[in-house]
Amino acid sequence: MPSDEPLLEIAGLSSHYGPVCAIRAVDLTLHTGELVALVGGNGAGKTTLLHTLSGLHPASSGRIRFAGQDITRWPSHRIVAAGICQVPEGRQVFAPLSVADNLRLGAYRQRRDQPWVHQQLDRVYALFPILHERREQLAGTLSGGQQQMLAIGRALLSRPRLLLLDEPSMGLAPLLVEEIFRVIQQLNAQGVTLLLVEQNARAALAIAQRGAILETGCIVKTAPATDLLADDAVRRAYLGY
Amino acid sequence: MPEQLLQFLVTGITVGSLYALVGLGFAIIYNASDVVNFAQGEFVMLGAMMAIALLSAGFPLPLAALLATLLTVLVGLLLERFAIEPAAGAPVVTTIIITIGAAILLRGVALLLWGKDFHPMPAFSGDAPIHLLGGSTLLPQSLWVMGVTVLLVALVRVFFNRTLLGKALLACSFNRSAAQLVGINVRVMLRLAYGLSAGLGALAGILIAPITFSSYEAGIMLGLKGFSAAIVGGIGNPMGAVAGGLLLGVLEALGAGLISSGYKDAIAFLFVLMVLFFEPTGLFGHKAAERV
Repeated sequence: MPSDEPLLEIAGLSSHYGPVCAIRAVDLTLHTGELVALVGGNGAGKTTLLHTLSGLHPASSGRIRFAGQDITRWPSHRIVAAGICQVPEGRQVFAPLSVADNLRLGAYRQRRDQPWVHQQLDRVYALFPILHERREQLAGTLSGGQQQMLAIGRALLSRPRLLLLDEPSMGLAPLLVEEIFRVIQQLNAQGVTLLLVEQNARAALAIAQRGAILETGCIVKTAPATDLLADDAVRRAYLGY
Repeated sequence: MPEQLLQFLVTGITVGSLYALVGLGFAIIYNASDVVNFAQGEFVMLGAMMAIALLSAGFPLPLAALLATLLTVLVGLLLERFAIEPAAGAPVVTTIIITIGAAILLRGVALLLWGKDFHPMPAFSGDAPIHLLGGSTLLPQSLWVMGVTVLLVALVRVFFNRTLLGKALLACSFNRSAAQLVGINVRVMLRLAYGLSAGLGALAGILIAPITFSSYEAGIMLGLKGFSAAIVGGIGNPMGAVAGGLLLGVLEALGAGLISSGYKDAIAFLFVLMVLFFEPTGLFGHKAAERV
């Protein structure tokens, strides 16, 4: 694969809820192996952007290209099969199913490749040993942090070429946030391309190579993460110091 | 007296098995889409009427039963594709009303095809009653009803507890958008739910037809009883629907036998009202504690 072709190319993407415009003419490009942080306040449109990428919410205009294909109008299951996998906001694990079943459902599109699924299960269990310990337990009985690990593990079993993470630190204790970010960094080091949506801008920019700032539905700035961390306006608005 | 009770119990479990299968169909579609499919009773009627028609056309019983079941599954799939799917995104109530419309349509078609008469169906293995202790009797057909119900319920359990496809269907009911995000095609799952429910309904209809006969209207009361079974068991809980169906059948038979057969339906529905009064989520419903 030529390294100059972007993995994900979003051009002029808009999305509406009824008459309300949630994201407006968003342009964003991700290259293979990158970790890009998307930061912005409440209601800026971060989750809508991810939902549009995953096909949960229709785009009203614009284009999404992924690995050389136009996926703008694809249904969500095809997008997952193509390799865009999302760890949704608030974990969204299947609470009445066991941890192991949640993970196996993550591999729903890969179900015909059982050797790969088993190998990947081992990888996820190695990444999060607590999930292995609790594999027969119902997902709804896990703590918030463990559910987040499960949600990430489930997405890894979907064989992601691009992993979308929506607020993985939300509602977690500081120690767990650290652990989750360490894992995200580790995944990136293993070559997974990631788009990380976070309100915790400082932590996200600290591990990202690039950052994009979303404000009332528009991307107002895209720059290397270190530049954003040093930018006075960004610091005042999003980093709080 | 005790031998009479045994007789009522046998009758109750036979009818209850039927309610259980119909209730199971309600629970499966409800799980997949939050919709109560009021055409469920019509699946039962269609299964029975088509099996009867195929039998009189000279098909042997096993083949007639199989074909009638498959045709009803096809009707279920067509219903989903052409009546339910176009309304995707509409409020649940709209979809429920669509299913009521579909039920009326199916009943109308059945009336045109088979008229108003009751149609008999020969029992699978004869009408000679089996004598139980104390003078109660058991029709061989009742054994068929109970046996096949046990088998079907076991199969449905295995499907939901042991197969990835069954779990994917459950996942849609627990959290639809999360199911989409793991790549489950929710539309296909909905079709699967309708096909499965239609098949279960048709088999129930074929099993009971030799005992009760069938007519174009047979689905109305059976649908209501199956729905009652599903809410008694806690709607959305497949095994609860099965338990609810059996309970309903036994209570009905006891009421009919000990009080008056004229009150049979009233007793069943009174029981449903009582359950909803004291245990609004059903006897085996979710104990409404969800972690957020």
